[in-house]
Amino acid sequence: MSITYLEAIREAQAKLLRDDNRVFIYGQDVGGTFGGAFKATKGLAKEFPGRVLNTPISEDAIVGTAIGAAMQGMRPIVEMQFADFSSIALNQILNNAGTHYWRTGVPVPITVRLPSGGTKGSGPFHSQSMESLYAHYPGLVVMTPATVEDAYTMLIEAVAIDDPVVYCEHKYLYYHLKSDKLPDKGLPTGRARIAREGRDLTIVTYSAMTQESLAAAEELAREGLEAEIVDLRTVKPLDTDTVLASVARTGRLLCVGESFPWGGTTAEVIARVTSQGFHLLDAAPQRLNAKDTPIPYHPNLWSAHRPNAKNIVAKARALLRE
Amino acid sequence: MLQAAQRTTKTKMKKRAPAAVGGAAADTTAPPHERFLEAFRWMLLARTLEEKLVSLYRGGQITGGVYIGKGQEAVSVACGLFLEKGDIFAPLIRDQAGRSAFGEPLVDVTRTYLGSRLGPMRGRDGNIHRGHPRDNELAMISHLGAMVSVTVGTLMAKRFRGEKNFVGLTCIGEGGMQAGAFHEGMNIAAVEQVPLVIVATNNHYAYSTPNDREFACDDLVERAIGYGFEGYALDGTDLSACLDVIGGAVKRARAGRPPQLVVASVLRLSGHGEHDDASYVPAEMKRQPFARDCLKLAEQTIIKSNLLDPDTLAKWRKDAVAQVDEAVATAQKEPVPEADKEDWCALSTRHLVDHVEENE
Ligand SMILES: Cc1ncc(C[n+]2csc(CCOP(=O)(O)OP(=O)(O)O)c2C)c(N)n1
Ligand SMILES: [Mg+2]
Repeated sequence: MSITYLEAIREAQAKLLRDDNRVFIYGQDVGGTFGGAFKATKGLAKEFPGRVLNTPISEDAIVGTAIGAAMQGMRPIVEMQFADFSSIALNQILNNAGTHYWRTGVPVPITVRLPSGGTKGSGPFHSQSMESLYAHYPGLVVMTPATVEDAYTMLIEAVAIDDPVVYCEHKYLYYHLKSDKLPDKGLPTGRARIAREGRDLTIVTYSAMTQESLAAAEELAREGLEAEIVDLRTVKPLDTDTVLASVARTGRLLCVGESFPWGGTTAEVIARVTSQGFHLLDAAPQRLNAKDTPIPYHPNLWSAHRPNAKNIVAKARALLRE
Repeated sequence: MLQAAQRTTKTKMKKRAPAAVGGAAADTTAPPHERFLEAFRWMLLARTLEEKLVSLYRGGQITGGVYIGKGQEAVSVACGLFLEKGDIFAPLIRDQAGRSAFGEPLVDVTRTYLGSRLGPMRGRDGNIHRGHPRDNELAMISHLGAMVSVTVGTLMAKRFRGEKNFVGLTCIGEGGMQAGAFHEGMNIAAVEQVPLVIVATNNHYAYSTPNDREFACDDLVERAIGYGFEGYALDGTDLSACLDVIGGAVKRARAGRPPQLVVASVLRLSGHGEHDDASYVPAEMKRQPFARDCLKLAEQTIIKSNLLDPDTLAKWRKDAVAQVDEAVATAQKEPVPEADKEDWCALSTRHLVDHVEENE
């Protein structure tokens, strides 16, 4: 048996609907026989009548409705059709869900699934990675699973958490990643994972860039250079301890993320390592992000816009020469 | 009183008549004049409270803004009065009367305005941005229009759980009606066919902006049909009309009719907030019928129809002042938040709080 990252997300939702009658799924085209733009909810409307509901194209109201339902004890899962359209729901996610526990003492357990990141030909409005933007605001947990196993266990965990969770699932990984079986349990939320051990430099990354970084590490290994890959799993909370421990072993840090370069997760990791672990560093920490332009449509441009194994290798080589 | 007492049993919020004892009947089936008197008494309390808040503000005792509902008490009280235990109320800026009628304790208001650590918002949020979500009084965020869909969600949850006979009511101004979130909220309410009442008050201004720069349709109530709502226009200065129309809308929503939109017409009889002298409101506007003071009109009705003797009326006024003074005095004695004792934690799941060491 082989199960994809996308199927893991579907299976997690099936399990959640089966095990917990507080759960319902709310989003555009998720219901009926259609099962979502990416089929992440395929068959679920039939299996769980009345609990997988199509919505109008109203991202603000979709999340607002989920928030209200969560206040009254439900555990809604919102599917954004693409992460990019969650910009319309920013107000509800940041200002309503993100502030509610702090203001009132009543948490809002919603899970917002964001089909994130680039696939070729998708262009400026169907390719965005928004984890850094959500992580910037208080009151939210931001998950960025990089493996089939994490996609499954972290989504189940997201719904169990009493606070709002933004769950960034990567569209490129939907079909590219496969696994033999789904685990019952994953690492605790908020703990990073050493995806590969290595002594020469630390690459801190998450989501699809974990896979690019692993490919880069294979290439570097052929040159006798051993990269350690830290997969953050959640960008918020950020597991600074695991990152620092890795940098203590290697003395060199490269951060790789797919979102835009100004600020963001990679900048945050470097800021923390620099202020808390300056003495561990043998060279100035480096980072690699997407370019500071909208995301291009054409594959020739798109593949150069985001970090990839090739430019990760180049950046790592330069860092190791320092 | 009987029904009011029943409503209090399960929640912390006490639904009680404006005076501690001997208030008018709080029963939605009460004869019209009793209901009118009860509503009037809540309005009087709201007006008295807000006048006090204004004087505290002028005396520099309130940090931030003060936003009052002067001129809108009749609409607002009707919003709170017909809701029962288990119903959802999402009030907005000018809903002191409705909040009190729904059961919000007076001391919640003074605690929030004065920043008491014992208030529902504990100094973390202020003024009108307060609520008791666990007792079904939602805590508005500033962003206008946002609470409509949230109210829809609370009603969906109740339906999922198999509850029956509940309604939700949310308020908005004509300015907020022009926000995208309001459109989405109305539409999704109708799609979901939840028992929702939206009470919109056209007080002819959004801050300083008059109606002609807010919308271009003839009458906002005509929008109802376009969304699949039933719509009712209302003279918001007329307490009887407010009780009839809003009471009717609540009843219809409860009975399973489509969502209800009520659009009331009044003039905002204050600045947008107390920092605002509203000098942009032309004198002519203030002579329009919709500019009459609903509280004064209600009082005239009471006197003209001899619903109360002058002594009782005077006593009600005195009671209102005493209740307000007590609520203010209580909050003034209470501790305010202290930064070094504050729990700086925006998540209920404590082990998932992100720590930035340099910040600590
Ligand atoms: C989305 C949004 N934009 C701007 C504001 C700032 N603001 C607060 S109240 C207000 C005017 C609201 O007018 P209206 O909805 O008519 O209510 P009223 O104050 O007249 O009761 C504005 C512009 C806001 N709260 N929300
Ligand atoms: Mg207005």
